[in-house]
Amino acid sequence: MSLREAGLVYKTVREIRGPLLFVEKVRDVAYDEVVRVITPDGEEVLGSVLDVSRDYALIQVYGETGGMDLNVGVHFTGETLKIPVSDELIGRIFSGSMKPLDGMPPPISTDERDIHGGVINPAARAVPSEFIQTGVSAIDGMNSLVRGQKLPIFSESGLPHNQLAAQIARQATIPGREEEFAIVFAAMGIKHEEAEFFRREFEKTGALNRSVMILNLADDPPIERLITPRIAQTVAEYLAFDLDMHILVILTDMTNYAEALRSISIAREEIPTRKGYPGYLYSDLATIYERAGKIKGKKGSVTLMPILTMPGGDITHPVPDLTGYITEGQLILQRDLFLRGIYPPMNVLPSLSRLMKDGIGEGRTRKDHADVSNQLYMAYAEGTRARGLVRIVGVVGLSERERRYLEFADRFEREFVNQGIYENRTIEQTLDIAWDLLSMLPEEELIRIRREYIKEFHPKYRRAG
Amino acid sequence: MALKGVIERINGSLVVARFEEEPRIGDLVEVGKLGLMGEIVRLSGRNAFIQCYEVTSGMKPGEPVIDTGTPLVAELGPGLMGNIFDGVERSELEMWRMVGPFIKRGVRIAPLNRDKKWYFEPKVEKGEKVVGGDIIGVVQETEYFQHRILIPPHLKGEIVEIEGGEYTVNEPIGTLKTDEGEEVELKMMHTWPVRMPRPYKERLPLTIPLITGQRVIDTFFPVAKGGAAAIPGGFGTGKTVTLQQISKWADADVIIYIGCGERGNEMADVVTHFPELTDPRTGRKLIERTVIVANVSNMPVSAREASIYLGVTLAEYFRDQGYDVAVMADSTSRWAEAMRDLSGRLEEIPAERGFPAYLADRIAGIYERAGRVVTLGSERRVGSVTIIGAVSPPGGDFSEPVTTHTLRFIGAFWALDTELAFRRHFPAINWLRSFSRYIEVASVWWEKYEPRWMQLRARALKILEDASEIEETARIIGEKALPDEQRLTLLIAEMIREGFLIQNAFHEVDRYCDPEKQVKLLKLIMDFHDAVEPLIRRGIPIERIRALKVVSEIMRVKEEKGVEPIEEMRKRMRREVSSLAGEYGVE
Repeated sequence: MSLREAGLVYKTVREIRGPLLFVEKVRDVAYDEVVRVITPDGEEVLGSVLDVSRDYALIQVYGETGGMDLNVGVHFTGETLKIPVSDELIGRIFSGSMKPLDGMPPPISTDERDIHGGVINPAARAVPSEFIQTGVSAIDGMNSLVRGQKLPIFSESGLPHNQLAAQIARQATIPGREEEFAIVFAAMGIKHEEAEFFRREFEKTGALNRSVMILNLADDPPIERLITPRIAQTVAEYLAFDLDMHILVILTDMTNYAEALRSISIAREEIPTRKGYPGYLYSDLATIYERAGKIKGKKGSVTLMPILTMPGGDITHPVPDLTGYITEGQLILQRDLFLRGIYPPMNVLPSLSRLMKDGIGEGRTRKDHADVSNQLYMAYAEGTRARGLVRIVGVVGLSERERRYLEFADRFEREFVNQGIYENRTIEQTLDIAWDLLSMLPEEELIRIRREYIKEFHPKYRRAG
Repeated sequence: MALKGVIERINGSLVVARFEEEPRIGDLVEVGKLGLMGEIVRLSGRNAFIQCYEVTSGMKPGEPVIDTGTPLVAELGPGLMGNIFDGVERSELEMWRMVGPFIKRGVRIAPLNRDKKWYFEPKVEKGEKVVGGDIIGVVQETEYFQHRILIPPHLKGEIVEIEGGEYTVNEPIGTLKTDEGEEVELKMMHTWPVRMPRPYKERLPLTIPLITGQRVIDTFFPVAKGGAAAIPGGFGTGKTVTLQQISKWADADVIIYIGCGERGNEMADVVTHFPELTDPRTGRKLIERTVIVANVSNMPVSAREASIYLGVTLAEYFRDQGYDVAVMADSTSRWAEAMRDLSGRLEEIPAERGFPAYLADRIAGIYERAGRVVTLGSERRVGSVTIIGAVSPPGGDFSEPVTTHTLRFIGAFWALDTELAFRRHFPAINWLRSFSRYIEVASVWWEKYEPRWMQLRARALKILEDASEIEETARIIGEKALPDEQRLTLLIAEMIREGFLIQNAFHEVDRYCDPEKQVKLLKLIMDFHDAVEPLIRRGIPIERIRALKVVSEIMRVKEEKGVEPIEEMRKRMRREVSSLAGEYGVE
């Protein structure tokens, strides 16, 4: 029996600085190894090794270090951080470090997975191309989601991003197929009532039976947030690529995750780049986001929807900025639309789905989809430009053409973007609303739409035909 | 005798090891029990700081380190085309076959397949004198691509033996006797240190534009073969789509596509779609001329740093065979961040935004490897490397260090614009902020299509510039209040934007526009301007001109195949304009 198994506990902590412990006189410690920190009153907190030399180790602690003193014990486990995986995780609720919160026993499995996961070989990736109908026009029509995509919601506090995420989770289907998504939901530092909202929503629609909830709430240890999304992605990967399931992962709120990362970085006295965030924030976020996708020869998929609140509504803030560079687009919620009573208050202009092109068109949605979406963008952009003009020159100062686009933009927001929280539109309905709106513009202005599609789908010809 | 050491410290990708004797900086090492790949980046006595190319989790101080005695090299030879490598040239196709869809650590994969036989056809004979860079034979690597087998640089002598036939890359195809009388085995592959530029005889002035089939680039902001271009833009402005468009349609012989710290799904997109697409000039599948280096964002940051050097080295190797090569580096910002990451772990004092002080030198070092050269070898052969780098500035702010330093070393700058992207104006290249230093070069080339190309381009650009000034005014007083001459400028600018600059990457015709069509399209719009301008001056209201049916037709004609529809449109335009003139009794 080695010293390790005998439960050797070091009492050689030399310094505690924020969430970091400096331990001396250690032997045979591995980089990234999991440690258990034992407080004098017998409580155990998880940690992991960040930096190790021959006789010294730096440890980040995933719990509160407040109240600890230099007499805490440190036990090195010899393992990297792993979680047990099995299909029995489905329907369960766990803490941010995988402790059961539902009163049931901890999951047991012989199959354990490292929470850092592996990297999907780029050559083995399958291009995501199956259109997911969310029933939300602003998404389906203009920023279509496909299976295996990572599409975040950029929001601000107080906006209904949770409602939108729940609506997507409830309504997402592949048209023509019956398969449902299983949901892996991870919360990082959100309020109890927000987590409760999701639980209730999932319960109401029966989705709870096919979901795994992993919750680190606002009053849970902040540093634990570093492992919560990784646990979620590990569960999702297992369900998707071992059990052939289609998984929708919701991570909320990634801004809180990034703040936890920042606090470790600052405690380590690393050189910050923007707003105190470390230079590796991009790469670190990528190790979470990039685990979404599809693999050639495997049935399952991981579709990822991170939610993050932009501090001060600033899209250039490092967290939304770097997220946008990693994810395949973004859905942007905006306060002024919300104040005008538009739900979802999604500004489609800066929103984007990069994988839309592979998921739409003939055989998937409808052949006119891409052109219609393009034309809507152009017309809505014209309309918002005219709206800006009105503030200066008034409606009378607008040309006939500008007035028409102004009206288009208003109707577009009210009729196309705006819809009910429980309204589930088919893609055909969405495109028909779009054509109805486009028909208020002169036909020769629809230059982004192929002529044959105009002849086939324009209400004018449909009525005539 | 390999030098041995032991690990003293592990801090993420940085490993410190103590060696028996002083090792050499830049040497490749095998780290720990798993034998992970690493490179010595700093020495302090017998202590070596190692940048490890794989994840170090679970590694312990005390584990062994072995110095291989060679620097990080690229293997060069048949088997590169259509392959997909990580940043240190491990074939990801091979890795997938060996260990499944997830990347595993410590996997040894020879970059070039050692088992595959290639038919080698000699081009020299016994007794011939050869020097470094000479072509000694060829291998038809793909249906389209002929791989020319070179004498490695720095080697020269007399061919003692050479024979055609089926060989693997590692089997001798002949023998060479050096001037010193030493006999050297010749193989189809050789290696080259990635951080060292490959030698050439002389640099040539740049005289030919790289035709990309993208109108805004070729006509307004061309890049020369052997030149360098940068394409900066915030997320969602279309860097990757533009680079993919160029790598699909550019008239280069070889494309090196480096996915440096970017999305895995984008690489999958390239791997999936390139084999389906055909080159408009050769009719061959695009994948047959493409090598992909994919070190995506969640792969180790240190190998990301190496990936750019690997890609450029591969490009130089094909250049030395006499080919025109275009390198897409997406994104150089992620490469710079990888440098920053390592620099931080080495506790170097940072300059701007945490980047090391040598950032500008490194950026220059990469872009200076672009060029059009006379290659080594006894016969005169010309090849080129064009480098096009994406830049991902934080917050879309072009004043950050990577963008500003890049600007100093490139010849064409394609500034992407968020506003344009929002209205789905793609490629979202802003015509006011972009520039090209290769206009003179391009103008000579374009003369064969249009003798007055320079004037045509300049006039169109002037209208776009004027329009943006007029729009400023219009924003205050409204378009209606502007004089009709100015509103005409706005209309023509809109026609240039919609009918020329916007190019749909996913439209089966519009995605590629050949030079002749580019010129004819632009000329059609300018001719329209010249035809209606006298009418405006004679008092015909702008509304009537805008209402001409031909206006929206001109903006759509780009979607038609070939140039005949453009000529048709010109006739129609003349008819409509003269009929309008007739209505007002204007000659």
